[in-house]
Amino acid sequence: MTDTRTAVLPPTTDAAKPKPRSLKSAPVIADRVFRTTAYAAGTITVAVMLAVGIFLTARAGDALAVAGPSFLTTQEWSPETGTFGVAAVLFGTVTIALVAMAISVPLAMGTALLISEIVPPRARGLLITMVDLMAAVPSVVFGLWGVFFLQAGVIPVAQWISTYFGWIPIFRVADEAGARLTDAGAYTSSAFIAGIVVALMVVPTQTSVMREAFSQAPLGEREGALALGSTRWGMIRAVVLPFGRGGIIGGTMLGLGRALGETIAVVMIISPIFTINTELLKTGTNSVSALIALRYGEASQFGLSALMAAGLVLFIITLIVNFTASTIVARSRSGAESN
Amino acid sequence: MAILTPEAPTATAGDESPRHTSRTSIPHRTGAVGERRDLRTVPFGDRFDLIGSGAAAVAVSTLMFGWLTPMTGVVGWVVLSFIGFLGIYAVLTAMRADRLAISERVMTALFYSAGVLLLGALAFVVFFTLVRGSSALFLLNFFTETMKLAGPLDPLTMGGIAHAIVGTLIQISIALTITIPLGVTTAVFLNEIGGRFARFVRTISDAMTALPSIVAGLFVYAAVVTLITNQRSGFAASLAISVMMLPIIIRASDVVLRLVPHNLREASYALGTSRWRTVWSVVLPTSRSGLVTAVILGTARGIGETSPVLLTSGVTAEMNLNPFSGPMISLPLQVFDFVKSPEPSMIARGFGAAATLVLLVLTLFIVARLIGGRGPGQLSDRQRRAASAASARDLVRTEGESAVAASRAGQRTMPPGRPPKDLERRLSLRALTARFNRSTEENPS
Repeated sequence: MTDTRTAVLPPTTDAAKPKPRSLKSAPVIADRVFRTTAYAAGTITVAVMLAVGIFLTARAGDALAVAGPSFLTTQEWSPETGTFGVAAVLFGTVTIALVAMAISVPLAMGTALLISEIVPPRARGLLITMVDLMAAVPSVVFGLWGVFFLQAGVIPVAQWISTYFGWIPIFRVADEAGARLTDAGAYTSSAFIAGIVVALMVVPTQTSVMREAFSQAPLGEREGALALGSTRWGMIRAVVLPFGRGGIIGGTMLGLGRALGETIAVVMIISPIFTINTELLKTGTNSVSALIALRYGEASQFGLSALMAAGLVLFIITLIVNFTASTIVARSRSGAESN
Repeated sequence: MAILTPEAPTATAGDESPRHTSRTSIPHRTGAVGERRDLRTVPFGDRFDLIGSGAAAVAVSTLMFGWLTPMTGVVGWVVLSFIGFLGIYAVLTAMRADRLAISERVMTALFYSAGVLLLGALAFVVFFTLVRGSSALFLLNFFTETMKLAGPLDPLTMGGIAHAIVGTLIQISIALTITIPLGVTTAVFLNEIGGRFARFVRTISDAMTALPSIVAGLFVYAAVVTLITNQRSGFAASLAISVMMLPIIIRASDVVLRLVPHNLREASYALGTSRWRTVWSVVLPTSRSGLVTAVILGTARGIGETSPVLLTSGVTAEMNLNPFSGPMISLPLQVFDFVKSPEPSMIARGFGAAATLVLLVLTLFIVARLIGGRGPGQLSDRQRRAASAASARDLVRTEGESAVAASRAGQRTMPPGRPPKDLERRLSLRALTARFNRSTEENPS
């Protein structure tokens, strides 16, 4: 048996005390190069993106200084004479986007629930792939389809709606005197048609966000609902929809952000006007992006600055919408996981 | 003491001390067991409800459209049929079931119809473009000639979109040369280095995904075309596409890199590797397929974008191989330009170009799915076999043949290779038998 007691060493003098070891490790050269490169990439990315924002703001400043607060309330667009504003185009952008939401949100919710709750797992992968594929179809193709196929098919429907629901102001189609228009020509190139096409373009984004949120609804609550004798729809209503609420709102807003910025399909369909048109089904609407696409070519430097101001307004709106959406999605996701 | 639910077989373990007595008891079956119920197939009545109400709705709306009322249009017919179908289906279900079942059936029908409508619309958009474009798509000159000598009135056998295809390829190549290194490196920065600045970068790049593509085009038009080059060019178009694609690629790669399991990284660091070595030999190879998928999907988005190109590349009918001078058209812009003309042959060319674009995007998408589609660390059968062969080789290298033989002999409980197909059934049978034995021991009747 050896006695193993701890021996206490006599205290050493300060001079003899070794320096505490540094816990920092000197990175090897490759590591240093890697860090520098990664930082550089991040910096370049930020620089490019800030450059876009700052340049837009700076150039838009010229036009905003001339127009003042009336930029948000004026309907005409003639920078050469100094009267220009985004009221009409912004109104058109928002109406097209709202029509698109009215169509796309029910479709996206239905499809997302179908994929996450109803179809067998084998079909699920195929459906997800097809929805993703739809997101990759170029917008010019949707525009072609809207102009050459959908328009002719939708006009009778629009006429029917305005005939029977014309007493609701937004569905009325009338001339200045208030007489109802029944001619098919009064129903072409409307915000309604543009909205349908834009709806089809944003549905895939919304569907995939919502599907992801729905599939994260906790299994225990699902099985609990089923065990209490609820039907599948009852389970969806009691468990999946409440848990997926963040995903529904977030997905809707992400789609809204895309719908607000959509250009080519809208340009191909609408006939641009510069007055506020509250009649959805009637010819003539406008959007900020369509304004830029149609007017940039003949614009002077000041006209360009005015277009940038319009673009900046659009950018700020989509930015707010997107950030709200991603915050809501992120919050709902963390909540579902912590359960 | 037996709680004989299948989920809690451990509770019946006999070697536990019998401290408490359970109140659950299993009734002993006597006499014949009834016929086994089929839980899978839809009963005939339900199927009849579905088909019958569909047929009735189609008949009713055809009657309405053809004879009774002056309604016209395919879309209206479809809408009316659908509403009729839902109504008749609800009534038919109500004849044999309660309110809950009705809402269940009707909602399921609604979900299915949303899916069918959505995917049908997709298939129809693609199909419509391909069919309308087929008259131009099957002509060889459409892919080998340019529009230099062909006017709007010329037949489809003259002229083509070779210049637009070449322009698209040049522009997207330049854009990818810029965005892939920058985007993937930024994503690596966000994930591997982190810190306050990385959070700032992530916020900015998330904000930029909201940038409307037309505004990206307007930026390049005002900053590069009007101030520096004074002419539209393919390079300006590539810059505009890059500004638009960069946030998409950063975000997609960021998501992929975040999925790399942390224990892989930690294992690498535990071996004493540097950060750079870990990224290069562990993180990037693990997420390779996902990164490729992210890049390809970003490419598909970038190829199809018209609006940034509209402002920056300019329209031309000639082949231009130099991205730095002169206008250079791309496929989506060519589609847009063709269909502005009222001439039928130009519209046919527009559909042909759109069909080419769709086929290009479809090909990219399918390639992306073939490469990716799996998360990092999920291996295919073949990769798994390769990995296990490699680790066996490593074992031979480090331990020598005898150790390998010994370890093999130790794990012979299951035959090597893939587990037997009916493994699950065998295991569940074994568990059932064991439980049955236990229950007969504990509940001697």
